[in-house]
Amino acid sequence: MPEPATAPGAPAERREGRLKVTGSARYAAEHPSPGRLQAWPVPAAVARGRVTRIDTAAALDLPGVVTVLTPDDAPRLAESDDATLAVLQDARVPHRGWFVALVVAESLEAARDGAAAVHVAYAAEEHDVTLTETHPAGYVPEQANGGYPAVREQGDPEAAFASSETRVDVRYRVPPLHNHPMEPHTTTAHWEDGRLTVHTSSQGSGVVRAVLAQLFELDEERITVHAEHVGGGFGSKGTPRPDVVLAVMAALRTGRPVTVALPRRFLPAVVGHRAPTLHRLRLGAAPDGRLTSLLHEVTTHTSHVKEFVEQAATPARVMYAAASSRTAHRVVPLDVPTPSWMRAPGEAPGMYALESAMDELAAELGMDPVDLRVANEPETEPDSGKPFSSRHLVECLREGARRFDWDRRDPRPRTWAEGDLLIGTGVAAATYPVMMWPSKASARALPDGTFLVRINAADIGTGSRTVLAQIAADVLEVPLERVRIEVGSTELPAASLAGGSSGTASWGWPVHEACTRLAALLGDRSGPLPGQGLATEADTAGRADADSPYARHAFGAHFAEVAVDTVTGETRVRRLLGVYAAGRILNARTARSQFVGGMVMGLGMALTEGSTVDAAFGDFTESDLASYHVPAHADVPDIEAHWVDEDDPHLNPMGSKGIGEIGIVGTAAAIGNAAHHATGVRFRELPLTPDRILTGLTGR
Amino acid sequence: MGSHSHGHHSDVTLRVNGKPRTLTVDHRRVLLDVLRDDLDLPGAKKGCDHGQCGACTVLVDGRRVNSCLLLAVCLDGCDITTVEGLAGDGEEPHPLQRAFLERDGFQCGYCTPGQICSALGAVAEAEAGHPSHVTDPALPSGRPVPLDRDEIRERLSGNLCRCGAYPRIVEAVEDVIR
Ligand code: FES
Ligand code: FES
Repeated sequence: MPEPATAPGAPAERREGRLKVTGSARYAAEHPSPGRLQAWPVPAAVARGRVTRIDTAAALDLPGVVTVLTPDDAPRLAESDDATLAVLQDARVPHRGWFVALVVAESLEAARDGAAAVHVAYAAEEHDVTLTETHPAGYVPEQANGGYPAVREQGDPEAAFASSETRVDVRYRVPPLHNHPMEPHTTTAHWEDGRLTVHTSSQGSGVVRAVLAQLFELDEERITVHAEHVGGGFGSKGTPRPDVVLAVMAALRTGRPVTVALPRRFLPAVVGHRAPTLHRLRLGAAPDGRLTSLLHEVTTHTSHVKEFVEQAATPARVMYAAASSRTAHRVVPLDVPTPSWMRAPGEAPGMYALESAMDELAAELGMDPVDLRVANEPETEPDSGKPFSSRHLVECLREGARRFDWDRRDPRPRTWAEGDLLIGTGVAAATYPVMMWPSKASARALPDGTFLVRINAADIGTGSRTVLAQIAADVLEVPLERVRIEVGSTELPAASLAGGSSGTASWGWPVHEACTRLAALLGDRSGPLPGQGLATEADTAGRADADSPYARHAFGAHFAEVAVDTVTGETRVRRLLGVYAAGRILNARTARSQFVGGMVMGLGMALTEGSTVDAAFGDFTESDLASYHVPAHADVPDIEAHWVDEDDPHLNPMGSKGIGEIGIVGTAAAIGNAAHHATGVRFRELPLTPDRILTGLTGR
Repeated sequence: MGSHSHGHHSDVTLRVNGKPRTLTVDHRRVLLDVLRDDLDLPGAKKGCDHGQCGACTVLVDGRRVNSCLLLAVCLDGCDITTVEGLAGDGEEPHPLQRAFLERDGFQCGYCTPGQICSALGAVAEAEAGHPSHVTDPALPSGRPVPLDRDEIRERLSGNLCRCGAYPRIVEAVEDVIR
């Protein structure tokens, strides 16, 4: 029988935990590498234009500076699908912060001094970085991120809205947001005997290898990419970023190992950001609360380097039954850095707007916001008409309400004060799609009674090593300690990247299958194993990515209590609670950490995180951790995460849905709705900083 | 112990995790880079290099510092403890490291060495009677400050965790001060 710690859902301790708490886990810059050089990039100092001349003489004169790569002489790259990686290839400056040179030196100090000594002359051009709903350059893209159609329409939403008895027509704004994983994007590259070895901080070393093979026109066999320990990513390390390309170029040029560790304040311009979104929400409802029309229209920006469209209107295609609906995206290309994935792209800003508007509708109707959501529970997925593989949103709302003592709430706003503080509570729903990609895994039984599972999964802090080992031990019916697991290297069987909350499902499936085969092989034989043991493999191609006849999503509900200080304008979260229905939870300990971590980021999105594209200079004003305030200890109260059991046979052999992103979805809406309940004022632009609160409270 | 200087470099001796280490450092070099790159002690992390994140926190003469803000040349003769030195000689991790494991006080682990060193520094400060922003002003001065959750949160606020492990970190710290 399996040990208790092996059983699915058991709170097994993180396998690499001991390495991490003792400082022995090595991240991308930390592998001993004799003769290694350090590099420092030079970011463009204009928002649009061309480099006309780069003078590197002064830099090259500095002691320790080895070389300077510029667009004039950097190694040429072949085309890739990602134009943000075409660094140092031409003189064009598409946005401020785009790298125009790289200084490589014997030490970090010399590289940094060298970068300051590089003189760059520009021919600057007029730039435009300001997003408006009516910007003339705006267009309807073919698709939004994730391959979703830009526009979907059912029935006659405009007419249905116009004739609805109760109407809400509101605009919400979410500013640009930055991922800021604690480990900045870092790569160490080394060429040796025609082979390239890369240690990088990435959510998927397989993708890094494929892109490098493309850019440098190499066989993948000649490239090894390791990403054993990764200091967070939150989407910004999903595909390679310029640090990878620069490190490989510099290593090629110098013949020595080179580390490119991007300085923190350079990140916002080059690693992607959550694009700002302007939302218009129109909700029409009958007196019983049933939606008659739902229109969610989103305007967002992208860069001139490549198109990325934050799919913020897509959650409205999943959430509520409305006879008529329109969900649409419009994008404006500007001279801004290229946006990309940040934890729950689409859902995070989209559900902030939708769930805030639902709260406004509940108030208009005089209905409880939980009941309003329950009243709009659809039979099938509204947009596709597909049946849900499982959907327990109502259970999450009810369970959350029970745990939060929601029933004791006085629904009238601004009825609860403690001295200068106004207190309020709010609720919002959450959703996140189930995503899975094909992957391979191998499993081996060794003569000493242990097992080795190998798969190029990434562990960016999610605990994937741990949960995959649990899956293996569970299938093999052996104690967890007897399973060893290797992840995080292209030397291992190829697997998909850690993104879209897809990891456990995508990797667990082939692990489950390889172990199932191995258990069968072992069951069929007797006597000792051969020296090299017995091995099996599995590959889920064609199955993990097959179309499902079901609509598959995780759901959840967030409840928040806030205190708004009427004197200082500060809003603080006092309680935060999430309940999720996300398939089978495979490790209670690490799952809770992911849910809570998502909620903390949602708290930041609600209260403190916001970036500004400076109109005059064209870059992000809040580019470092002093100016861009991610939540700190003092901002974060005790947070509760719970889940309801969900048995869904339409997913994968484990019955799991992703859990890495849903925690951030709707959290900011719950907090914003609580701020309204506290103050009686609607705040429709994030974050809820004191200036906005005071302006709202005083009406000035 | 005098440091010998030659041009832009000087010799310094640091006692790192109990062992004297003599090296020649560039005057611009900060302790963090010395630890990570010269002494192969990558436990202290670089999150920002600007004193904004706390990932580089180590103990210098028992006090917590952001090692990215300290020039190594100024530390001749100092005692430096990094996360690698907390367990002592034994195999067993420090009780706070153990508590982080049990509570799952981390995810990616990149802020973790800083959180742990910072927490040990904070506990010592409270023990020595240093008040914080949230300390009750009525408490007698100079006496140990009891660390409730708000005190722990306040005192650890210089250590960012983008994975949002804060509630579990606070529990881990509570485990070792009880
Ligand atoms: S690296 Fe020193 S405070 Fe961030
Ligand atoms: S554990 Fe990842 S930043 Fe704290």
